[in-house]
Amino acid sequence: MEELLKVENLHKTFKLSAKQQKLERTKSKVKKAVDGLSFVAYKGEIFGLLGPNGAGKTTTLRMLATLIKPDSGDALVDGKSIVNEAEQVRSKIGFLTSELKLEDFFTPNFLYDFFSDLYGVAVEERNARKEELFKKFGIDEFAEVKVANLSTGMKQKVSLVVSLVHNPDIIIFDEPTNGLDVITAKVVTDFLLDLKAQGKTVIVSTHIFSLIEKICDRVGIIINGKMIECDSLENMTKEKNLEDKFFDIYVETVGDQNEK
Amino acid sequence: MKNNIWTIARKEFSRFFKDKGMVFSTILLPGLMIYVLYTFMGSGMSSMFGVDEEFIPKMSVVNMPESIDAMVETFDVTDVTNGQIEEIKAELQDKNAVTNLLVVFPENFDADVMAYDNLTATDAAPNVEVYYNSASTDSSEAYQIFFTILEQYETVLSNKFDVNAGEAVYDMATEEDTTGQIFASMLPMLMMIFMFSGCMAVAPEAIAGEKERGTMATLLVTPLKRRELAIGKVLSLGVIALLSGLSSFLGTYLSLPSLMGAASDQMDASIYGTTDFIMLFLIILSTVLVIIGMICVVSALAKSVKEAGSYITPLMIASMVIGITAMFGSGAKEEIYYYFIPLYNTVQSMLGIFSLDYNVVNIVVTVVSNVVYMGIFTVVLTKMFNSERIVYSK
Repeated sequence: MEELLKVENLHKTFKLSAKQQKLERTKSKVKKAVDGLSFVAYKGEIFGLLGPNGAGKTTTLRMLATLIKPDSGDALVDGKSIVNEAEQVRSKIGFLTSELKLEDFFTPNFLYDFFSDLYGVAVEERNARKEELFKKFGIDEFAEVKVANLSTGMKQKVSLVVSLVHNPDIIIFDEPTNGLDVITAKVVTDFLLDLKAQGKTVIVSTHIFSLIEKICDRVGIIINGKMIECDSLENMTKEKNLEDKFFDIYVETVGDQNEK
Repeated sequence: MKNNIWTIARKEFSRFFKDKGMVFSTILLPGLMIYVLYTFMGSGMSSMFGVDEEFIPKMSVVNMPESIDAMVETFDVTDVTNGQIEEIKAELQDKNAVTNLLVVFPENFDADVMAYDNLTATDAAPNVEVYYNSASTDSSEAYQIFFTILEQYETVLSNKFDVNAGEAVYDMATEEDTTGQIFASMLPMLMMIFMFSGCMAVAPEAIAGEKERGTMATLLVTPLKRRELAIGKVLSLGVIALLSGLSSFLGTYLSLPSLMGAASDQMDASIYGTTDFIMLFLIILSTVLVIIGMICVVSALAKSVKEAGSYITPLMIASMVIGITAMFGSGAKEEIYYYFIPLYNTVQSMLGIFSLDYNVVNIVVTVVSNVVYMGIFTVVLTKMFNSERIVYSK
């Protein structure tokens, strides 16, 4: 199988402010958000990063999207380094997270064209793809409505479409169904499966077991910034369901750390 | 690269020009408000301090002397007695009173004045009491007119020599010099305020606002280079701020003659030629870019538009203080090194242009150094967009 994403020994540490130290109940002035993380994602698969809040999932995805730099380690996205070839990496990935917002003032039509221009998509290709995606997600009716006036679900659909204007081979979604109503969540998960069927590689981070079980081929469990287990969903759920398996691993890992 | 800079600029222009409210409040309103306000202030001051030729002051006089009688032909004079003084004083306390003035001359005023020699006299000079109500516009105006008449009469009595008597022109300054002096004393400071206000209206929103709303990160995950983002923002915001600054300038320029009132006879703006306006435009354009660059950098440090505003306010005060320096001193500096100091070089250049006494080399130095400063701010902004601590500060 072709490796489209190879993450090698990523480390990321954040300085903690006094307020954050208090919240984290620690005297340490730094926090290891990602601690020697390595994994691989293959072409045409959906890879799930599963972990509790604060495990380092979002930090990992931000590093893969080149929004932040790792302290050490690297990741190759279709052969391009996130450390040394950030711009090429950004042109190869589609990244969607709830923290990335669209300007309320603009319409989906304007935003689609704007981001297409930034990705250097040719006008003909842009128009054809826009028509297809807008129709698929029901955005065509709202194409000239300002984002501010759209429902939360429609905003999320527009964000999703805008992140895919350049038809990327690797799509990274951070908590793709968070905050969505059941209907929009279903549209999004179906679309992720569509992308997989098209041969795209999808990386999703979530703490929703059912989502992982429904769409992922392989799963990586992250706790305290470390990859504790990484295997196919099939292997991981041979003896127990994913939720039970995760809690076994979680108790074992956090227990080990407490003993230290 | 050019395409991406233009794409960013186009987005900023769309954001601004498609918002009619923003266009009105940032570009049209400042010029319009300044024009209306200054014109209103000018006409207000003219009516307050000017002389209404149809106004006939009503004056009650005790012991009216013959010498004064001929000088107050334009007054409506009523002779009254000492016994009526208190009654009329009470009436004057009402600012709507029919009587505007009460004047009490000493008995034998003319004889006492003639006999009085200020070099040898031991007693006080004859005193004229003029009662009026400063809260009443008519009473104040009547007082001013009558006071002037008395002063002129006193001058005539003691006249030993004249200065610049007759119709000859003694002020050797040309009309251009006088006009230039008036414009130069006012406009550099006002322009600094207008340019800064124009930049403040758009830059914090486009930088700190995008950070605050989470739309900046959306741009940063695209292949767009940080340098392209910084240049696109600075140039497009510069154009918008320039339009705002020019609107304010136009409002001021057109209303200044009204504001200056009496001096407006001398204020013919046609003394400035095309070259002067081109120089002025280049100075304004390059200064706006410096200010935009500076505000963008400061805004990038802030987590919100509100925080950016609090960071920028001291800079605005500093620029106003620099602008005020144009009102004092003796014209534009000649030494070239002053023209390397950002903002101060703008004030000095405008001072020179408005007073029609400038050195082209100094103007060129100002424009070039401003472009260099804008470049430095753009580089700093690029570095800031690359810094995760800046982009993700929340």
